[in-house]
Amino acid sequence: MDKTWNNKAWFLVLPVLVLVAFTAVIPLMTVVNYSVQDTFGNNVFTWAGTEWFEELLSSSRFWEAMVRNLIFSFIILAIEVPLGIFIALNMPKKGWGVPVCLVLMSLPLLIPWNVVGTIWQVFGRNDIGLLGYYLNAIGIDYNYVQDPFDAWVTIIIMDVWHWTSLVVLLCYAGLVSIPDAFYQAAKIDGASRWAVFRYIQLPKMQRVLLIAVLLRFMDSFMIYTEPFVVTGGGPGNSTTFLSIDLVKTALGQFDLGPAAAMSLVYFLIILLLSWVFYTVMTNYDAER
Amino acid sequence: MNLDLSWMAWTWPTAAFFATILLLLCGMAAWEYASPGGNPRVGILRFETTRGDRLFLSLLGSAFIHLAWLGLVGSNLWWALALSVVYAIGVFRYV
Repeated sequence: MDKTWNNKAWFLVLPVLVLVAFTAVIPLMTVVNYSVQDTFGNNVFTWAGTEWFEELLSSSRFWEAMVRNLIFSFIILAIEVPLGIFIALNMPKKGWGVPVCLVLMSLPLLIPWNVVGTIWQVFGRNDIGLLGYYLNAIGIDYNYVQDPFDAWVTIIIMDVWHWTSLVVLLCYAGLVSIPDAFYQAAKIDGASRWAVFRYIQLPKMQRVLLIAVLLRFMDSFMIYTEPFVVTGGGPGNSTTFLSIDLVKTALGQFDLGPAAAMSLVYFLIILLLSWVFYTVMTNYDAER
Repeated sequence: MNLDLSWMAWTWPTAAFFATILLLLCGMAAWEYASPGGNPRVGILRFETTRGDRLFLSLLGSAFIHLAWLGLVGSNLWWALALSVVYAIGVFRYV
């Protein structure tokens, strides 16, 4: 059957284009404009050229925040992806347990970021927090306000608690879409549990895993609210990620020019890393 | 309606930058109209790219070339621009 070409369909795309223009393109253009100028407010701008970019690229504060961000994202992916797959594999596929598990898994995702931060800020406190109090009671010296290692552990556990569910739900969606015939064939062939996972479940989950890895990477690389609420970037600068540094520069110091330059570099890095992830995973998929 | 865009802080250099991007996109659209399909091929990266992918790689790479030049060499970006053009030609030829 011949395809019907109707160019009027392009008009259906227009609302999305307008929406994206107002929410993404125009703000991005404005950030580019700000990044080469200086302002003290009242819409008065002076040309600064590449000054803010040069300042940023030679700033140890920026590179330290970047390294922290990369380490954080790496740890998050290394924990959440395997853990999410493991939980999804062990979730029931039939019966009353399915809705129960799905609801339990969805709960952390429904909690707003700032509330998650507040929950863990209180939970980890030494004086009134359940976690902080009992860890110290059993002799573990835990204090996320003063110890950078404890602050990192708290933020990582908080993120794992908040977002592993997303990986679980995506993997579970991939798993339940596998027809029973695959498992029956594997059973006839006497395939081991590992072989079933390696050659049936993992390939079938690959597309959703790609989405999970991309979402978790971008989200963890842009994390702001939770660590800001729990540690405020401290102790010292130990949990100051790029986004926190950016907000401090833009809103705390009202340095819009340097903040815009930082935003652009931040944006380019996310764009590059997301492209690398996407390309590697889609091409691996295509080769199979 | 008073459409005051002073908050966007436009300058001639940034306007020229965006006009160039827009022209590139229009050029790509015209190219696609003249030769539909995106010309997919497998280049030195050993995976399939369309000409849209190659433009994306050229622009992204050029941005990093300029940043690297600023960080390592200095603020005179004409050589970085020349290098970016050579890089973009390489991407369109070999990737």
